[in-house]
Amino acid sequence: MKFDTVIGLEVHAELKTDTKIFCNCSTEFGAPANTHTCPVCLGHPGVLPVLNQRAVEYAMKASLALNCEIAGETKFDRKNYFYPDSPKAYQISQFDKPIGENGSLEIEVDGYKKNIGITRIHMEEDAGKLTHDEYDDHSLVDFNRVGTPLIEIVSEPDIETPEEAYAYLEKLKAVLQYTEVSDCKMEEGSLRCDANISLKPAGQEEFGTKTELKNLNSFTNVHKGLAYEEKRQEQELLSGGEILQETRRWDDAKKETTLMRVKEGSDDYRYFPEPDLVTLYVNEDWKSSIKATIPELPDARRERYMEEFDLPAYDAGVLTQSKNMADFFQETIDEGADAKQAANWLMGDVNGYLNSHDMELADTELTPSSLAKLVTLIDKGTISSKIAKTVFTDLMEQGGDPEQIVQDKGLVQISDEGELKQIVDKILENNPQSIEDYKNGKDKAIGFLVGQVMKETKGKANPQMVNKLIMEGMGMDA
Amino acid sequence: MSILEESFSGIHKKLHNKELKVSELVDASFSRIKEVDDKVQAFLTLNEEAARNQAAKMDEAMGTGNTRGLLFGLPAGIKDNIVTNGLRTTAASQLLANFDPVHNATVMDGLEEADALTIGKLNMDEFAMGSSNENSGFYSARNPWNTDYVPGGSSGGAAASVAAGEVSFSLGSDTGGSIRQPASYCGVVGLKPTYGRVSRYGLIAFASSLDQIGPLTKNVEDNALVLGQIAGHDRRDSTSADVGISDYLSSLTGDVKGMKIAVPKEYLGEGVHEGVRNRVLEALKVLEQQGAEWEEVSLPHSQYAVAAYYLLASSEASANLARFDGVRYGVRAENADNLIDMYKETRSQGFGDEVKRRIMLGTFALSSGYYDAYYKKAQKVRTLIKRDFDQILEKYDVIVGPTAPTTAFKIGEKVNDPLTMYANDILTIPVNLAGVPAISVPCGFSEGLPVGLQIISRPFEESTVYRAAHAYEQAAGHYKAKPEL
Ligand SMILES: [Zn+2]
Repeated sequence: MKFDTVIGLEVHAELKTDTKIFCNCSTEFGAPANTHTCPVCLGHPGVLPVLNQRAVEYAMKASLALNCEIAGETKFDRKNYFYPDSPKAYQISQFDKPIGENGSLEIEVDGYKKNIGITRIHMEEDAGKLTHDEYDDHSLVDFNRVGTPLIEIVSEPDIETPEEAYAYLEKLKAVLQYTEVSDCKMEEGSLRCDANISLKPAGQEEFGTKTELKNLNSFTNVHKGLAYEEKRQEQELLSGGEILQETRRWDDAKKETTLMRVKEGSDDYRYFPEPDLVTLYVNEDWKSSIKATIPELPDARRERYMEEFDLPAYDAGVLTQSKNMADFFQETIDEGADAKQAANWLMGDVNGYLNSHDMELADTELTPSSLAKLVTLIDKGTISSKIAKTVFTDLMEQGGDPEQIVQDKGLVQISDEGELKQIVDKILENNPQSIEDYKNGKDKAIGFLVGQVMKETKGKANPQMVNKLIMEGMGMDA
Repeated sequence: MSILEESFSGIHKKLHNKELKVSELVDASFSRIKEVDDKVQAFLTLNEEAARNQAAKMDEAMGTGNTRGLLFGLPAGIKDNIVTNGLRTTAASQLLANFDPVHNATVMDGLEEADALTIGKLNMDEFAMGSSNENSGFYSARNPWNTDYVPGGSSGGAAASVAAGEVSFSLGSDTGGSIRQPASYCGVVGLKPTYGRVSRYGLIAFASSLDQIGPLTKNVEDNALVLGQIAGHDRRDSTSADVGISDYLSSLTGDVKGMKIAVPKEYLGEGVHEGVRNRVLEALKVLEQQGAEWEEVSLPHSQYAVAAYYLLASSEASANLARFDGVRYGVRAENADNLIDMYKETRSQGFGDEVKRRIMLGTFALSSGYYDAYYKKAQKVRTLIKRDFDQILEKYDVIVGPTAPTTAFKIGEKVNDPLTMYANDILTIPVNLAGVPAISVPCGFSEGLPVGLQIISRPFEESTVYRAAHAYEQAAGHYKAKPEL
């Protein structure tokens, strides 16, 4: 029996406003506990919320960038639940009139393109943060985060594979970052994702019972969790079992989902209109003024890079995945670098370095101007690509001017034929066996000889020239 | 006669002529409290030291010719659901018996700027839920006209303290009649402003879409003076209206010639005591003699007002009171086994019966499956009631009737019968649902207890309410009567 997989994602993104959604407290991340609080966000008696206009505008901007219809009339509602991270014991959210509805996002997986529907985008306030580990007999609560503006982005159940889910999240993150409404840092909790997944017999209309996955703290874990859950549900169904409506937690250490709780019916949050806030009307003027602030989005930029710089689709895709990378690339070219070279550096060495060091581009010392200079130095033959790699590490870690570094360290490439010939001749003289080997068809021998020249010149020899001289020295045509 | 029984203008004349000092006023206030408050029980917390220090400073400044606020030196009592920075604020709940706010209500800033002096915090029904003050978590305030009787509620302490001459004026709050009904029972003037006229920032919310703060005074002119100091748009309250404040004093012309008065037949019908009905008819005669005209009209949906009100107010209250969970402030139950237990014990021990009853009612009305039948339906009724008022007020300047169907009742008489108690608000509740302004002014007595005349007008037309109330009050003179204590 074959099954179709149905996946829906709920993404919470913190809006990067300076202040909270209903008071003037700062939203800065990482401040000492409970220092960004006031009577309003602490839910003291008698306080009232005042809506942050910037938060509404960011939510509108995100909604428009995700092709949503903007509600002309929207409102807030109270979602009631008791928990110490919620000072008022209700969360101000949006229930039946969200700011954005009926949007969509195009994704590309393994060469095929697909639209994922976005059901709704609504605004709400974030909760505080509880710590349970420090003491045995009580928990601690930090209210700094409470009241940080959030948007919740709910997808249609259009996602059919864990790979599509991954692609959707990557794309969503890119759009939110391009529009500069959210940092989307999962490690700081400014982007969070819950996933719903169910299976149904292939072709069947009616959905199967879904489980909800929590603790998916990276896109990779979303992928892993969904892949695990897809398999688990399939095995369960094939063995005649039944899927229960459960909330399951992804355990990254065990690489499996574990049961948190079985849901009986739906939770009753007793939503009702927030009487402390008034209806929010969005007119066309306001909407178009926000629309005008939406910058070039990832897809458009990718197209442009393919056309303008003649980049392959894949390269343009990688370079435009994050706004930081795309901007960096653009600026490097503006600083005079060759587009192809700049693209190779960013996709190769730069991304490799970032991945192996688990860093963001902005956390390094590399600048578009230093990368452009490095590329130019190679172009002009001032340094070899090999030498460039050592300069690159310096630029990433200490920064500075590549020309200066090359000067100071004496890394200028030796391209003087006479000087190189002397060295090559000496190496050939000392390694007759290698010449013999080469003539007997062992191509590897040439690599050894080049290596010896490089060793002698501390890597500064012009590699093409060395190759040519060795061939000539052995009496072969270069 | 105690100096506190004088009108603001009388007091200010004496201060100006240096026949009186602010410290003497404050002294008179605390002496009167010491003399009668063990009988009236209007106060929950006194602000004696701070008020006396403030008074001394004001007396010093008197000589220097500094400008003085319009409520300069006047001793004020504040209902205990209005937060006062550094001064204990309990909303008459045991759950908040230890709560010292770190912020001030916007109305307190207004009073401070006007140079009024806060004498203390006034008794009330717990979280403003009640019509008799018997739901106070501490002790019941009593009616100064007969201390065996209730002062009304929920602003019972606010009305009783003014009637007993303990303060010059007080601030109360009105959600379904909580200023007007006790004003009526205690024979003082009490105004519920238009919803949105006075900032609710710092008012401990009972029902956010209905609550309004308003003044209780001995006469209409004083009332208008206080309103002028607390009204206006507040950026901290999104539901406060950005509508200019009228010069309320200048509306007190004494002229009601040609004023069109509507008298809803529902307001003089069944359930309204004869003594009350007669006083109201006499009052209408007084207004008629001054040139006003009145006609009988109908508010057909007002019969559903009490039911709709208790659903809506309780629904909002169930969420508003959820924050009192023992986590951040207030009295936390000791020895709880776990979090849920701590919530349950804190709220079971801290809240009184009426508060629990309304939280349960509201929680039920908002539950899925019941929401449409209760909360949503009640909202529809509210719209119809508002329409009734709009239509009548298109043709008439004011609506007049009794404030409450009866005079004050005996303490304990209705305490075990919440439905009869709720019905007592039948004439005040529709006004809150419609969001319009209304006042209660003394209009005589029935069997020795005060009767209140209610005057209602269009949104933001407090000046019309005041004009009618002032003309009547000056002609009838009932406001001059004082209780013997
Ligand atoms: Zn705050």
